[in-house]
Amino acid sequence: MLEEIEDRGGPRQALLDIKGLKKHFPVSGGMLGKKQVVRAVDGVDFGVAKGETLGIVGESGCGKSTTARLLMHLIAPDAGSIVYDGTPIGRDLSLRELRRRMQMVFQDSYASLNPRLTIEDSIAFGPKVHGVPDAKARELARDLLGRVGLKPETFANRYPHELSGGQRQRVNIARALALKPRIVILDEAVSALDKSVEAQVLNLLIDLKRDFGLTYIFISHDLNVVRYVSDRVLVMYLGEVVEIGPVDEMWTNPRHPYTAALLASMPTLDPDRRTTQAPLAGDPPNPIDPPPGCRFHTRCPHAEPVCASTRPSLADAAPNHAVACLMHAANSGHSKAGTMLEAS
Amino acid sequence: MKPIVSVRDLTVSFHGERAVHAVNGVSLDVMPGEVLGLLGESGSGKSVTLRALMRLLPKKRTRIGGSIEVAGQDVLAMRDDQLSNMRGKVVSMIFQEPALALDPVYTIGEQIAESVVRHEGKSMKEGKERALEMLERVRIPSAKRRLDAYPHEMSGGMRQRAMIALALACKPKILLADEPTTALDATVQIQILLLLRELQAEMDMSVIFVTHDLGVAVEICDRVAVMYAGEVAETGTLAQLVRDPRHPYAQGLLSSTVLGATRGEKLTTIPGAPPSLSTPPQACSFEPRCRFAVASCAAKRPPAVALGERRAARCIHAERTADEKIATLEAETA
Repeated sequence: MLEEIEDRGGPRQALLDIKGLKKHFPVSGGMLGKKQVVRAVDGVDFGVAKGETLGIVGESGCGKSTTARLLMHLIAPDAGSIVYDGTPIGRDLSLRELRRRMQMVFQDSYASLNPRLTIEDSIAFGPKVHGVPDAKARELARDLLGRVGLKPETFANRYPHELSGGQRQRVNIARALALKPRIVILDEAVSALDKSVEAQVLNLLIDLKRDFGLTYIFISHDLNVVRYVSDRVLVMYLGEVVEIGPVDEMWTNPRHPYTAALLASMPTLDPDRRTTQAPLAGDPPNPIDPPPGCRFHTRCPHAEPVCASTRPSLADAAPNHAVACLMHAANSGHSKAGTMLEAS
Repeated sequence: MKPIVSVRDLTVSFHGERAVHAVNGVSLDVMPGEVLGLLGESGSGKSVTLRALMRLLPKKRTRIGGSIEVAGQDVLAMRDDQLSNMRGKVVSMIFQEPALALDPVYTIGEQIAESVVRHEGKSMKEGKERALEMLERVRIPSAKRRLDAYPHEMSGGMRQRAMIALALACKPKILLADEPTTALDATVQIQILLLLRELQAEMDMSVIFVTHDLGVAVEICDRVAVMYAGEVAETGTLAQLVRDPRHPYAQGLLSSTVLGATRGEKLTTIPGAPPSLSTPPQACSFEPRCRFAVASCAAKRPPAVALGERRAARCIHAERTADEKIATLEAETA
């Protein structure tokens, strides 16, 4: 059987520590054969604490899914380091070992299952690769099916196409847990589900987190869901982290103007309080050629000339709460520099 | 005032390898200048109902029953040429994926102008002038330059604006919107919703807006019809639906929202999944998932119980509020 992964650095040591993570994708073609790159992830730093749920939000093209894939090493980073529980990945921890510790659930529940394998075979596949004998792996698969709310006697021998979207996503969750990982990355894992099914799967995820002592990285464009599941939230814009902090604080007092605009863009549920003005105009800029300086300055209501030339770095604005905005940096040259610090 | 769209007992079924009864007796009225939301999950029949209004469903495999009257005309009796005259002129439609709805080999300006030439007998030059006017109306920046742009040269939000410009170029009385903001990013979605709201008021259009997102419905609709398994579970004003839903499905949908839920506390969920639609419903479609179901719910189809003017719910318990139903249930089990 698979052994439990033992904890090394104790509860205070970050489970994941990411520094300077970078991935640029080359784009072919372009005018006059000019070489262009999409700066999908462009120098991202963050940590994930043991046992927490870190939400990652941002609009399409902001790099949230690329970040997830880089963490899993599904694509190789161009630069940066990922340290797992004190152990640098790639150097002291092989990819095979990494994937025992970190698993991922994707948005498309159908595409992420092999259509030719039964549900039981799909779940048992990982453990078998890691040396669990066939009978044991099948036993584990059936046990996990039960844990995700699917009766093993009904579902074990079915094929993915015979299941509904919600059931398939439960299978993907069971498969992710089969190697007894410590971290599960959920990349828009509930986004394709209908609301009533989404609520069921969210409840399941919360139960599993408690029962298996998991740490989640929860990526979603649905801010309501992120607020419900996350302890801390990381906001990305055009390949950069603009803010990271505790979820309640971020919702009540967003520090970065982009976070504020994103939250204010959520449709209301109160018929008497409809939105009267859109917080931002226009679409997010193209990540191929992001604006210089602060990437948000082209859409920011507080932008000043300095924002177009100086790239703000992520710095603490409050305990456990960092923001990348010149208004929050002392002596940055922005007329509101530092004032936001005192106000908050 | 007479409704501009009137649907009575609409049934739509598809017959291919297997039969699907997608719409099972839907009745709807939309008044001039009114925005009706069709709210439901995938497979609830909301998009099929919308497409039936323009007869956009594949002819050979689709059987349509009941009646559809749009602007005083019987849509189900129309010949193809009559349908062509109606589409884009009286009724227009916008979709979730503008990239698929726009023609990739014509410029935005050409596509809008063509519609004006076709429906209003104007010259191409006049059509182009209208196109420019419409692009400015939907606030596409540097509209003049965008006239000559192809769809792939625009961003997602811009394409959605262009599609709206195309749909509204001939000033239709009715706009059908099929999840037009679902694929958009949050900060763009709210811009498009506000734009649609503004254009609807300016042009005094009727709109039928299909969505699965309650928040989107709240931002744009006057009235809402909640759909489930090809039936209208409940209709009423937006405020009635949000504050006092009467159908157990509508009640469940509202309480399973994560908004306002406390972290760590379980969400209220609707157990199970929607029924397969291989046969037309013989009983209440929601009965297998309903905590308030009684024997008669599984025996015959519940009527649409009227709860006041233009308000109804297809449930035998419709006269009691959610809290009252829960109280009765708890008293019985105690």
